[in-house]
Amino acid sequence: MNLKCDLVVIGAGPGGSMAAKTAAQAGLDVIMLEKRQEIGDPVRCAEGVGKRVLCQMVKPEPEWIASEVKGARIYAPGGTSIVMSEDKGGNEVGYVLERKVFDRALAMDAARAGAKVMVKTRALGLQRKDGVPCGVTAMRIGEPIQIDAPLIIGADGVESKVGRWAGIDTALSLKDIETCAQFLVSDPSIDDQYCEFFLGNEIAPAGYVWSFPKGDKLANVGLGILGSKAKPGDATRLLQQFMKKHFPNGKVVEMVVGGDPCSGPIERATADGVMLVGDAARQTDPLTGGGILNAMEAGIMASEVAAKALAAGDVSLAGLKEYEDRWRATIGKHISRSFEYKEFFVKLTDKDLNQLIGSLKSEDISKMDLRGMLRVLFRLNPKLLWELKHLVV
Amino acid sequence: MLTVNRYKCCYCGACVGVCPTTALELVETWLEVSEDCKECGICTRICPVGALEVKT
Repeated sequence: MNLKCDLVVIGAGPGGSMAAKTAAQAGLDVIMLEKRQEIGDPVRCAEGVGKRVLCQMVKPEPEWIASEVKGARIYAPGGTSIVMSEDKGGNEVGYVLERKVFDRALAMDAARAGAKVMVKTRALGLQRKDGVPCGVTAMRIGEPIQIDAPLIIGADGVESKVGRWAGIDTALSLKDIETCAQFLVSDPSIDDQYCEFFLGNEIAPAGYVWSFPKGDKLANVGLGILGSKAKPGDATRLLQQFMKKHFPNGKVVEMVVGGDPCSGPIERATADGVMLVGDAARQTDPLTGGGILNAMEAGIMASEVAAKALAAGDVSLAGLKEYEDRWRATIGKHISRSFEYKEFFVKLTDKDLNQLIGSLKSEDISKMDLRGMLRVLFRLNPKLLWELKHLVV
Repeated sequence: MLTVNRYKCCYCGACVGVCPTTALELVETWLEVSEDCKECGICTRICPVGALEVKT
């Protein structure tokens, strides 16, 4: 089978679907490929998102919102906890989504806007003419197909191939990816109102444990460990250990695993005829691990630029520069800052973490955002946080 | 040789993201290992369930 279109979007997660929808609305002929037979499943996500930014991009639908939270509670290794309020807890607190429904809804939006969605269709590589990408080859339900298109958006997630095909080295080193495991847990002790974060090098080396409530005493309880500190299977093993201690009678009704990029901005997310968005472009926040909103924003940006570049007849690296500039000025700026914080925080001992969280006990941080809290932390612990001086001031 | 314990694998693709030679490919629930695998073992360390092993 031979198809032709203006733009091929590879991957139907939130980044890909927003890209496909935006492009279709701009009048482009779009095909979105999803290698799985079902969009959104299996999930690889803790499902927390900031309400405000999400609502700027899509209308919230009760069918894909599992719960709404009041704030975040952070536990030091020693057990001391502090509370941050909902609209200030960073991008990752607000709604806990039902990704299986959410991802499918966004793909449906793209389809309704005019994009052609093809599931169980796996991209195999880029086609080139005179060295320049001119389409993709793919396998659709076991049959080879070819799609001619001047422009390709790679939204193919942590296991992205599109960038590598285009000559962008997106391979993650072990210090730039968190290995994660999560259980969907039913337990009477779950706090339905707060997202909880547990810090400690014993429970999650250079990462953290989270508990994101999904309503009705159900929560995504999971953890991430920095790859460079992990041994094979550690994520699952440590999660089982945490469960034994915190939810000894918790009922596990689902298991989720995955790798979460925390590399900060990659060298480039564009090549001739190619743009990368979301996890494929390693646009996840290195400090929190959150990636949904960045992927969606990048998807919108990439397709806005796609429409302009196609109209101007220049989809070369130079023609796509606006996307590179825009994501770097927004998402890139934010994640490079988070990357520096992450690089510092992964070095802290449990004693340091106890000191930091303990120092906030007497402060009113309930109205602060993550940045404001870091500023207070710096004021209270200048010696320990001296290396971060340039980020705080 | 890199072996995949298919009873353990949860097909999350983390291994694909760290593979320096693009030797891994996740096809829905099936992890493919190509001849490009150099048996460096990086993927074994990132696997959240410990499904990968380099056997000599």
